Amino acid sequence: MFNKPLLEFTDKGIYCAKGKFYIDPWQPVDDAVITHAHSDHAYAGHKRYLAHHLSREVLKYRLGEDIRLQTVEYGEKVMKNGVEISMFPAGHVIGSAQIRVESQGEVWVVSGDYKVEDDGVCTPFEPVSCHHFISECTFGLPIYKWKPQVDLFNEVNAWWKNNLAQGLATVIVGYSLGKAQRILQNLDLGNGKIYTHGVIENTNEALRRNGIQLQPTKRITQATSKEEIRKGIVIAPPSAVGTPWMRKFQPYSFGYCSGWMALRGAKRRRAADRGFILSDHADWDGLVSAIDATGCEKVYLTHGYTASFARYLTEIGFDAHEVHTLYGGEEEGAPPQPSPEGRELDDANINIANQKVSPSGGDLEGAVDLGGATI
Amino acid sequence: MKAFAQLFTALDETNKTNEKVKALKDYFMRVPDTDKMHMLALFTGRSPKRQINATQFRLWAMEASHIPAWLFEESYHVVGDLAETVALLLPDHEYSSSKTLTEWMAEIVALNNLPEVEKRDWLTRSWAALDRQERFVFNKILTGSFRVGVSQNLVIKALADVSGLDAATITHRLMGNWMPATYQFEELVHTDTAIEDVSRPYPFFLAYPVQETSTVQKTPEELQNLLGDAGEWQAEWKWDGIRAQLIKRDGQIFIWSRGEDLATDKFPELHPFMQQWPDGTVVDGEILSFKEGLPLPFAILQTRIGRKTLTKKVLEEGPVALIAYDCLEYDGEDIRYKTQTERRGLLEGLQHTTPYPEVFRISELIEFDSWAQLSQIREQSRAMVAEGIMLKRKNAHYQVGRRRGDWWKWKIDPLSIDAVMVYAQKGHGRRADLYTDYTFAVWDGDKLVPFAKAYSGLTDTEINKVDAFVKRNTLEKFGPVRTVKPELVFEIGFEGIQKSTRHKSGVALRFPRILRWRHDKPKDEADTIETLKAFLGEGPI
Repeated sequence: MFNKPLLEFTDKGIYCAKGKFYIDPWQPVDDAVITHAHSDHAYAGHKRYLAHHLSREVLKYRLGEDIRLQTVEYGEKVMKNGVEISMFPAGHVIGSAQIRVESQGEVWVVSGDYKVEDDGVCTPFEPVSCHHFISECTFGLPIYKWKPQVDLFNEVNAWWKNNLAQGLATVIVGYSLGKAQRILQNLDLGNGKIYTHGVIENTNEALRRNGIQLQPTKRITQATSKEEIRKGIVIAPPSAVGTPWMRKFQPYSFGYCSGWMALRGAKRRRAADRGFILSDHADWDGLVSAIDATGCEKVYLTHGYTASFARYLTEIGFDAHEVHTLYGGEEEGAPPQPSPEGRELDDANINIANQKVSPSGGDLEGAVDLGGATI
Repeated sequence: MKAFAQLFTALDETNKTNEKVKALKDYFMRVPDTDKMHMLALFTGRSPKRQINATQFRLWAMEASHIPAWLFEESYHVVGDLAETVALLLPDHEYSSSKTLTEWMAEIVALNNLPEVEKRDWLTRSWAALDRQERFVFNKILTGSFRVGVSQNLVIKALADVSGLDAATITHRLMGNWMPATYQFEELVHTDTAIEDVSRPYPFFLAYPVQETSTVQKTPEELQNLLGDAGEWQAEWKWDGIRAQLIKRDGQIFIWSRGEDLATDKFPELHPFMQQWPDGTVVDGEILSFKEGLPLPFAILQTRIGRKTLTKKVLEEGPVALIAYDCLEYDGEDIRYKTQTERRGLLEGLQHTTPYPEVFRISELIEFDSWAQLSQIREQSRAMVAEGIMLKRKNAHYQVGRRRGDWWKWKIDPLSIDAVMVYAQKGHGRRADLYTDYTFAVWDGDKLVPFAKAYSGLTDTEINKVDAFVKRNTLEKFGPVRTVKPELVFEIGFEGIQKSTRHKSGVALRFPRILRWRHDKPKDEADTIETLKAFLGEGPI
């Protein structure tokens, strides 16, 4: 009998034929196991969802209260048609998980997105031994090496303080799930209060409903005065850059948080006053060490600089392969990836069924706005 | 080096003029004078001679960063800048160095006589002592590609604020072939017109365009509104050559090109008439290839500029002449304060007495009574092998740099053709990792023949759209170049066209650029090679 691999790559997503479920599918399916709540991994329209406990409220907020969602703890085992599914921390954003799939002694792990540095906000990444590792490699080139986040947030807080001294408002831009919370947890409240864009505050509220403790934040409304804001700091999603919403804080200094800020060209395209190299993805060394730690026999690379990273891994002794997926829209401001087809998400893939996400919302910025934002 | 790297970063991080000036002033206040001169040299394009070539630099960078050559190249294609790629790839620095910019520059110059191994050791040691920010700037200096996102005007403004001198004086004193090793900051900012360098040119006065875009023509009424009465203006043809300043002082002659390169040796034909000039003469004009009284295509001049030695053949094929249009120094006096008309009078006097009127020419004035008449005359530009018309206010003095108001260029429309994009390549700098450099083709029967490369003319939004198209429609990859599904049509503008044996299409264009994206045109309706060739002979080239 033909022996199918436990997981395969289909045009709907990563599929387990034996267990009859998909992992992060981008087409509607019956059973979807979700690594994390970013829009390029958690699509609407599936019949049943399985995710980590801490993704519960954000998924419901993003995909609708009525989704059929089962949540689990890290390490907890779920059986589906004889296949064992369990989740392990990916360290990407709150609630993010690597999906471990086991059947008859064969173990596959799907990383989703991950980073190896402990950001103090989400459960730190944990390497999981496996035979087959399906990994992202958003920053899979050796030019990407992150500084420890403590250094980075010292810079952010110093910049904020300096803006306060100059009477400038401070606007810091980062993706609404993940980056925003990481920023807000590391801001020095001694400087002032934290104000948030509606989209970010909605996510914060969802996380708080989920039992996550976050520093106090204040949602910006019509009633929030410009003077008040100038004494604090604003956290805004990338989609707010260059909008009238943001212009009303003028004069301001605006900082952009993204791994792409490592490159001068990308930084200049963004036209931000400050570019902070802050990413929720593993850098080059992080990727290599994470893959090595799995002890895997085969690596599959889903998104990022897949071709060069696969070649490098092969040269250092891994059996590495590129695979084709639709992931990779969330790291905002991303230069489109150099895969031959260049599959960025386009409008057709965007789910805007959830009316709570305002049109100016920060959910899909990475996918639709490729560097066009300037002030 | 730390202060210099911080300055560079501060300038890089802001788009605001006053913040840039502040960063520059802070720098001038905190570094020693010799560092100031090195900084000014670097900021005004006076980089030291390259001591480590690109091949060595790449190779040693690969060794120091322990990565294979192909991965280095992949990284380079994403970053789009060699100095930055290397700064990012090297391992973290081991210790830090407090050497000043002056000390570093001295070490770089001293590499000249060192054997290769020692150069490599020096480079590896240097990298280990510099953090990422310093390394980037250091690499830029070392590879001779140091450029900074700040105009010379801002540097001069900051320097003027710090020294109390006026900007025009500083601009002038920063001209010429000074070296930071021999030019003291004290001399630069001394309030007297102290020690003068005989070769020093004046800052060029540059014209502003009458119309920013070529699609909408200015009407005579609009010119009247913009410029006032036609009678207040002098008009000349706008020549397409090399802008140059010719100096005779102390029995020596100097020819400076607009890029502030000393090019005296490149134009021996001009020496005899310059030798005839009295000492203390400076003339501004355009160097063109001339044969039998007519300008030759710019391409001919271009091939000449590229040569290290000028053979007899080259001199015969593309002899040059000067079309003079202004006089800046007369009888040893700086006469830039005189009116256009007065200066013109002195220039004409100088030119009338020359025994070499064939090579020392004067830009003839165009007679006209009204803007309407001049508009008509402008239509003959191509026949005159000119790019259009120059307008100069009769009572204006000669100014510094590009200034609105008294000198205008009124160029003719470019020639244009609708072409299909067939190849794409990633850009550099701000456009690194985006497909921004395109090759265009026209139809030859049912085949597309590439004929021009262009990389400017689109907005950022359009570039993003084309970039996405390229990524989704790549047919083949050749190194950094992608063959793209022929589909997108663009209107390509160019200044001239010439037969070429080096190009497949048989033609070479001058200044090709994208005028607009023709969303309305399907690829089948793009132009043909016949249409393109029909432009041959419609100079200037």
